[in-house]
Amino acid sequence: MAPILTVENLKTYFFGRAGIVKAVDGVSFSIDSGKVLGLVGESGSGKTVAATSILGLVDPPGRIVAGSIRLAGEELVGLSDSALRDYRGRRIAMVFQDPMTSLNPVLRIDTQMIEAIAAHERVAQHVARARARDALAAVGIASAEERLSAYPHQLSGGMRQRVAIAIALLHRPQLLIADEPTTALDVTIQSQILALVQRLCSDSGTALIWITHDLAVVAGLADRVAVMYAGRIVEAGPVEDVFGRPLHPYTRGLIGSIPSRQQRGGLLRQIPGMPPSAANRPAGCAFAPRCSRADAACAVDPPVVAHGAARATCCWHPHIEPETVV
Amino acid sequence: MSQTRFGRATSEFCESRAALVALAVTLLLVVLAIAAPLIAPQNPYDLARLSILDNNLAPGSRGVSGTFYALGTDDQGRDMLSAILYGLRLSLFVGVLATCIALVVGTSVGAISAYVGGRLDAALMRLVDVQLSFPAILIALILAAVLGKGVDKVVIALVSVQWAYYARTVRSAALVERSREYIAAARGLALPQSRIVFRHLLPNAFAPIPPIATVQFAHAIGLEATLSFLGVGVPITEPSLGLLIANGYRYMLSGDIWISFFPGVALLVVILAVNVVGDRLRDVMNPRLRH
Repeated sequence: MAPILTVENLKTYFFGRAGIVKAVDGVSFSIDSGKVLGLVGESGSGKTVAATSILGLVDPPGRIVAGSIRLAGEELVGLSDSALRDYRGRRIAMVFQDPMTSLNPVLRIDTQMIEAIAAHERVAQHVARARARDALAAVGIASAEERLSAYPHQLSGGMRQRVAIAIALLHRPQLLIADEPTTALDVTIQSQILALVQRLCSDSGTALIWITHDLAVVAGLADRVAVMYAGRIVEAGPVEDVFGRPLHPYTRGLIGSIPSRQQRGGLLRQIPGMPPSAANRPAGCAFAPRCSRADAACAVDPPVVAHGAARATCCWHPHIEPETVV
Repeated sequence: MSQTRFGRATSEFCESRAALVALAVTLLLVVLAIAAPLIAPQNPYDLARLSILDNNLAPGSRGVSGTFYALGTDDQGRDMLSAILYGLRLSLFVGVLATCIALVVGTSVGAISAYVGGRLDAALMRLVDVQLSFPAILIALILAAVLGKGVDKVVIALVSVQWAYYARTVRSAALVERSREYIAAARGLALPQSRIVFRHLLPNAFAPIPPIATVQFAHAIGLEATLSFLGVGVPITEPSLGLLIANGYRYMLSGDIWISFFPGVALLVVILAVNVVGDRLRDVMNPRLRH
């Protein structure tokens, strides 16, 4: 089956006064219908810019300079804004990080839901309202009818995120991009939201890109994971393989820096150094200055190398132990 | 929460006795202005009813036909109390109209400017800079002189002077709101641009506007009075407060000061009351100024 979304060699640069910031610098991935891709990386690694590029919402001075984004075979890069509007909300939807700010504080829930429906369909007010109510019920909001006439500030954070998810899924999109939607929530609410989105997406066959820096979330939720560092995907593969036997030193460092019970009382392990500034990234492997395995070879850009059928990494010295070589 | 916030603002507003008095005075003046045709002893616009024999009578005197003139008469024999009530009506009307139009124009320009950004934003804001770098009275005077006399022309002149304040204020507030996620979410849902600007961005950037509008309203009244005083404002047949002052100005040195004095007092009270209300509004609505 052809993947529903294919991103190839996507490059989104920001042309600032201080120079070109290569926020996304040659990213490729694809995702099948009904599957979950975890896009992992630390702050500033380009995850969110990659997501906004898919929606065509990169603000000036940023723009997509190269690459291809295909939704169900249709090329999105280079489409006019009015052509892209037909995709936004209807075929590709997005859920944002902070439910405190992703709903408009001065508009009631029903207003916001009905206008989202009206953006793509001509429906009568009462029909749209009924659909909004059903959508709220579907995301597990009790007494949906009452909540419809509430303002966002009258709802809790978890409830607001449910509303945001309900809005995103109103048009049964083919692709849902969730940009750290549980970061701002309690752990208990977090797992509820995770389970909810997972269930809704697999029910409707919606492909889900879950952007996060929380490896635990990805481990429990995603089918595949792509690890981003400094605007590139350094490692991608099925979630068990990547977390079980990380190939890239950065992935290994990320997993190693998760506090665990075994090391209680000891020093936490961390990756030395800081991520490079996106404005003047060194030539060659961006991770090399922080990498214990780096040597002279790393001054040249590492190619993306496939490891087996489903995995790929871009590193000159991946952690390939003899027993894991396929 | 918005209910209680409104309630809190109201009770805080009422903590200042001066503001309460000013609010009461403002409301009283508005009622007087609206009810002027009902309560004024005379219709000052109806020249047939005026008696030229009663001209320049001092306050408290009686005319030839026995009419009592509480605030005296002007050189046409016009009852000053009636003229002031009608003048107040016109001044407030011009002020309200100019403020409302300037507010709609200015906030729309500010919100669009912030949302679109780029060159349009730069161009509009340079226009605002140019506008604000000239004294308001100078621009209004030039416009009024070019356009000619008339209530509509005065309103146009006042709007052209005042829209820039709203535009700049709303733009700066909207720039902050622009970067919030609900705007990105609205764009992600492909809502119409006009809806994003006017239903999402503008209402959220509107908070600083009411105090500014109040103060600008007082400015508008003062500016209209100045224009009329200088003879480029409202027509002489429908005198506003400023024109009444100008009419009596000639008689100041001959001792008939009431013709200018009482309209002047009325103007002063209006502007002072509205300004005090506006100041208090600003204090109450801007949490950063709170101590």
